[in-house]
Amino acid sequence: MATERPNPLFRNKTAKVAAIPMIATALIVFIGGTVWTIVYSFTKSGLLPRLKWVGLDQYERLWDSKRWLISIENLAIYGFLMLVLVFVIGFVLAALIDQKIRFENTIRTVILYPYAMSFVVTGLVWQWILNPEFGVQSIVRGLGWESFTFDPLYNASIAIYGVLIAGLWQGTGLVMVLMLAGLRGIDQDVWKASRVDGIPAWKTYLFIVIPMMRPVFVTALVIVVTGIVKLYDLIVAQTGGGPGIATEVPAKYVYDMMFQSQNLGQGFAASTMMLLTVAIFIVPWAIMEFGGKKRG
Amino acid sequence: MKLVSKLLCATALVGAAGAANATDLEVMHWWTSGGEAAAVAEFAKAFDATGHKWIDGAIAGGENARPVMVSRITGGDPMGAFQFNHGRQAEELIEAGLLRDLTDIAEAEGWMDVVNPTTLLDACTLDGRIYCAPVNIHSWQWLWLSRGAYEGAGLDVPTNWAEFVAAAPALKEAGKIPLAMGQQGWQQSGAFNVMMASLVPQDIFMAVYDGKDAEVAAGPEVAEVFAAAAAARDMSAKSTVQNWNDATNLVITDEAGGQIMGDWAQGEFAVAEKVAGEDYECLPGLGTNEFLGVGGDAFYFPVLDDEEQIAAQTELAKLLLSPPVQVAFNLAKGSLPVRGDIDLSAANDCMQKGLALLAEDKLLPETNLLITQDTTTQINTLFTEFFADSSITAEAAQAEFAEIIAKAE
Repeated sequence: MATERPNPLFRNKTAKVAAIPMIATALIVFIGGTVWTIVYSFTKSGLLPRLKWVGLDQYERLWDSKRWLISIENLAIYGFLMLVLVFVIGFVLAALIDQKIRFENTIRTVILYPYAMSFVVTGLVWQWILNPEFGVQSIVRGLGWESFTFDPLYNASIAIYGVLIAGLWQGTGLVMVLMLAGLRGIDQDVWKASRVDGIPAWKTYLFIVIPMMRPVFVTALVIVVTGIVKLYDLIVAQTGGGPGIATEVPAKYVYDMMFQSQNLGQGFAASTMMLLTVAIFIVPWAIMEFGGKKRG
Repeated sequence: MKLVSKLLCATALVGAAGAANATDLEVMHWWTSGGEAAAVAEFAKAFDATGHKWIDGAIAGGENARPVMVSRITGGDPMGAFQFNHGRQAEELIEAGLLRDLTDIAEAEGWMDVVNPTTLLDACTLDGRIYCAPVNIHSWQWLWLSRGAYEGAGLDVPTNWAEFVAAAPALKEAGKIPLAMGQQGWQQSGAFNVMMASLVPQDIFMAVYDGKDAEVAAGPEVAEVFAAAAAARDMSAKSTVQNWNDATNLVITDEAGGQIMGDWAQGEFAVAEKVAGEDYECLPGLGTNEFLGVGGDAFYFPVLDDEEQIAAQTELAKLLLSPPVQVAFNLAKGSLPVRGDIDLSAANDCMQKGLALLAEDKLLPETNLLITQDTTTQINTLFTEFFADSSITAEAAQAEFAEIIAKAE
């Protein structure tokens, strides 16, 4: 008699058993934690989580809060400029280093070095550099320009750009190295072919090389974007959210609400909004990136 | 067989000896400035003298310390004891049953009879049970003045807020900062609350913070207070320090004319060996309306399993309110003792002023007792913004303030 066909659920048992810890972690820690946070964002949890439902109250308060709106605005400004500048500067630096220059190793190391520093150190260093009494302003004034003013961290309307400078200084090196690796991965024959056809170098970069470097760009994008969304330590070290509340960011709002205001519900609501914002960007991209492949 | 029983016997003996020995008790607090550290050392000394060991767990800054303490307690790794400002900060921890009920100790030690004013013990009480040991009375309502700064500029030392404001331009010309102010929200909103309690009738303060009356908060009296806060903002424009003790140091070194700060500032003057009445002056209630706000620090004890640790907790709770410890601690910290029955003749001029107000019962509750930590933080944020950005008008800030009060619970 023919043996019974094995249940597909029990095929490849070893592989499935081996995957259990990973699946459990994903379900319990990531998905479970997220669901728990969202559920409690509809409650009036104070110092400790409590299931006392208040509907959308926490969200109403969140979007009424000036500090939250400023946080969102800051993150948008910082995020947009960081994304654009880090890629432009990173790619240009990589392209310049790729011209078979001398001392390439030294220069590459120097530019990458800031990335080895934590955000806390970066924040403190730039706090000093931008301090009008010890930093850039006093040096330039010492050189003779008595009226020179450069104190972004003490001017509420431009303080976020002072943070941006520090963020760029720290992050550009990594993007540059990733780009350089991508450029090195381009077949030299592509360059030879474009030279034969008489295409100028900048056009080759823009229309041939960059499209070929798509995987590198995606990797760099994911790293840079996650760095932007979780922006917290740089702010704490460099400005503490000040002057006033001019450089507050969402992640800091969440922390302060949960642990200083003893208002967990409000913190959960804010973090749910952060998740939602990320999801708005990630989900369409993921569908585009992975959804098509199954059919194709 | 014999060997085994001998070994067991020896182990039991060692265990018994351990039980009789004193234990280590970890105590967490945020007393890290010079005067505060000197004060907490008095507790540690007295506790060590009982044979137990005080393990000091200090974290600078209440805003940093509170989250760490709470997460240790809720995370199942509680310390032996911790300091909080008494009032509503610990409310939920008590409701969740995480803090030890001290009612038996309080009854045995007769706290109900000796603690003065009794509101201090009320702040520790929830549903008739006592959960904390108050250790001192702190009042916010002091204006500290540097004699050197005023005399150096050829001015008389002000005796009230109006004179202080009037003297500010001359002081500025002499190159001094009229008002020292640390750029942290709790200091700025604290100064504002002092103004509200001192410059306008006190029922306004109670209507706003106790009654949460948004109409009063938007009314003309509070507008007057906001105008005073805007004046304070101008006077403190050059004060860029962050920490309160750095601001106090500006007054100590005659760099600044004055500072609105609680009586804990006195500990800093003491550490710098300044003499009240000679080097510095203190004006309770800004010299305008003399009274004390009654808040302060209290120790809470998390629920523990270990018998020895519980015994050590009991020992510490008793000790904190014992007369000699109260005297030594409060003299170092510059705060007033919670017992009405001890002799504080060693106290200096400023503390004597405080004791006199306490005896006259000119008292007002602290905001910590009236509003939640959540509301407090919202108000702190408002004042951080207000003091950092001189383009925000007093009217706009008041409107926001009234909104926070309307939503407060």
